[in-house]
Amino acid sequence: MAEAATELLTTADGRPLKAALAAAQSRAKRRAFLLVLPLLLFVLLTFLVPIGYMLKRSVEHDGFSSSAPALDAWFTENPGFDPANPPEEAYAALVSDLARMQVEKTTGMAGTRINYTVPGTISLFKQGAREAKDLVAPFKESLLALDPEWGKPALWRGMSAASSPYTAEFYQVASDRKLTDDGWARGGDKDRIYLYLFFKTFLISGLITVICLLIAFPVSHLLATLPMAKSSLLMILVLLPFWTSLLVRTTSWIALLQEQGIVNDLLVGIGLISEDGRLTMMYNMTGTIVAMTHVLLPFMILPLYSVMRVIPPSYARAARSLGATSWTTFRRVYLPQTLPGIAAGSLLVFILAVGYYITPALVGGADGQLISNLISFHMSKSNWSLAAAIAGMLLVAILLLYWLYDRLIGIDRLKLG
Amino acid sequence: MVLPTYADPLERVWHYTYLVICGLVFLFLIAPILIVVPLSFNAEPYFTFTDKMLALDPAGWSMRWYDTLLTLGHPAPETVRDSSWWSAAWHRATWVQAAKNSFWVGLWATILATTLGTIAALGLSRPEMPYRRVIMALLISPMIVPIIIIAVGMSFFFAKACVAPDSAMGAIFGYFLSEKGCLANSHLGVIVAHAVLGIPFVIITVTATLSGFDQSLIRAAHSLGANPRTTFFKVIMPLILPGIISGALFAFVTSFDEVVAVLFIAGPDQQTIPRQMFNGIREAISPAILAVATILVVISVLLLTTVELLRRRSDRLRGVTGR
Repeated sequence: MAEAATELLTTADGRPLKAALAAAQSRAKRRAFLLVLPLLLFVLLTFLVPIGYMLKRSVEHDGFSSSAPALDAWFTENPGFDPANPPEEAYAALVSDLARMQVEKTTGMAGTRINYTVPGTISLFKQGAREAKDLVAPFKESLLALDPEWGKPALWRGMSAASSPYTAEFYQVASDRKLTDDGWARGGDKDRIYLYLFFKTFLISGLITVICLLIAFPVSHLLATLPMAKSSLLMILVLLPFWTSLLVRTTSWIALLQEQGIVNDLLVGIGLISEDGRLTMMYNMTGTIVAMTHVLLPFMILPLYSVMRVIPPSYARAARSLGATSWTTFRRVYLPQTLPGIAAGSLLVFILAVGYYITPALVGGADGQLISNLISFHMSKSNWSLAAAIAGMLLVAILLLYWLYDRLIGIDRLKLG
Repeated sequence: MVLPTYADPLERVWHYTYLVICGLVFLFLIAPILIVVPLSFNAEPYFTFTDKMLALDPAGWSMRWYDTLLTLGHPAPETVRDSSWWSAAWHRATWVQAAKNSFWVGLWATILATTLGTIAALGLSRPEMPYRRVIMALLISPMIVPIIIIAVGMSFFFAKACVAPDSAMGAIFGYFLSEKGCLANSHLGVIVAHAVLGIPFVIITVTATLSGFDQSLIRAAHSLGANPRTTFFKVIMPLILPGIISGALFAFVTSFDEVVAVLFIAGPDQQTIPRQMFNGIREAISPAILAVATILVVISVLLLTTVELLRRRSDRLRGVTGR
């Protein structure tokens, strides 16, 4: 027995069987991987690198550091300076940089960078740069005489942070924090813009998910219990919206819900509302919720349906024969079996809703905008780093949800149609 | 669902309520899509039914918005419609240009996504594939990550992804890039972006088809002397073709409907139908958009029919009955 174990099993050409098997397996692995490699490279270059580049932009802005070399050097030499009372040399460096900005026409760029954290600095910088060449020593007094704002500790904190091109300040701003004279602090109530919108986006997405679940449940149940021929026909009603252009569906919701639209005409026609009492259902949050529910409903129905279809009807019959009421049968027997479908559909709808852009942009009006629209707004205003930081925060939220989806349901179970 | 004979009156009432609820949900799903069709034949520039339309008066109905699709941007819309008029419409009309752009971008994006996606799906469905879960998660993520994030990332990166026009790289790729030699504002940039967005659909549909694929058929082909190429084209391909085609259709529709990436990375030369519609809805909303919408609805009905027929064929081939 012991002898047989020590004697190595070999292949026909005398190699140890274990090594030959390992070689064959690693060759198979390599072959499988090689098939995926071209797509991986493509996705890396056109998807991962751009997103990585965006994240880099969210922590990088050289608008000030590239245009204020003297101040930059001074900040590097004096890392522990007192922002409440910077010395004369700092002011001298600032004045020389301001004069330089005027010559190189970089005032706007530098002012914009500081403006993110200390609002109102663009005009301060423009005025300072215009007057810089006429200022005489001592620079501290002459600059403060020009505008006492130059002595604000928050401004000096902001310039000190901006003297490095890499910064986490955009994430601070996107978290509604404010640079005060004593450093970063939570902003007041009127500064709660971004986190408030994140919160609102999550709330609206949750609401849409619940509405979708409530109206998808009976329909999925009907589709799952009808005979195949009938259910296939009705399934077309679910799949057609899925295949129809998002813009077509948004357009038709505008036609239906606007003030002179079909729904209002109908309600006025049957006398439910008066001509003056036409409902405002479009270009506000109602419009966003209705149109997004319509767009996302198939993503709820399809997973629910595929789970419900395999639930044996005999369970419900057994429960009834054992004396359960129809409500108890539903609550204790049927509903628990649909939970995987509910989880899959709800998570998918929620994830898609959180990142929605087109529908809110077109039908949301002023108060129906979501976080994606804010990113787009800052992109259009050339606030690239701030837009990237908000996008970075949204990305983290989405990836967490995606991870949850993978853990709970598994992405390979994602199906289409 | 059939009502059981032992149902009590309350259950009967509930059962019919349930059917009514389902009917209303189906109405909610389909009405917005069907409503654009009659509205697009409105004779007036309104987004609602006029009294004349409701009275079925022929004067209330017209094809004028379909005509707008040909005349908008036409150099001489009022002249006689001879061959030169049609030729001008084909080359100059705004909507026709948008349709051509959408079609070509969609076609190339589909080819790119389907080719790369199918090959990758073959590797992913092999049992030996290492790190399958992570790679799968990565390849599906363009569908999950909000389009605005992808668009912002691409707009930053594509503006920097340039080659010098006078270099060797510029000589090869320059034709596909913008005038500055960048991916931004170029057809190639839009194609690449749309291909990325279409890949998850190809991966999902093709791996789903391959999951029912009997791997021993490959070994059988090999043992009968077929090389990998012959095995692919003669054995694997015919069996998974329905999956590939529906993946390709999904990818095409994704591209054909995509507007956010186009808004962020495309230039004035890459005007597509969704972009034109998006701008139309935002600025001067006219029933011409409803005419386009109607055409798109007809296209989506055709595509849905194709995909359903393919799915049934695929199920039959693989011996799966029913849905």
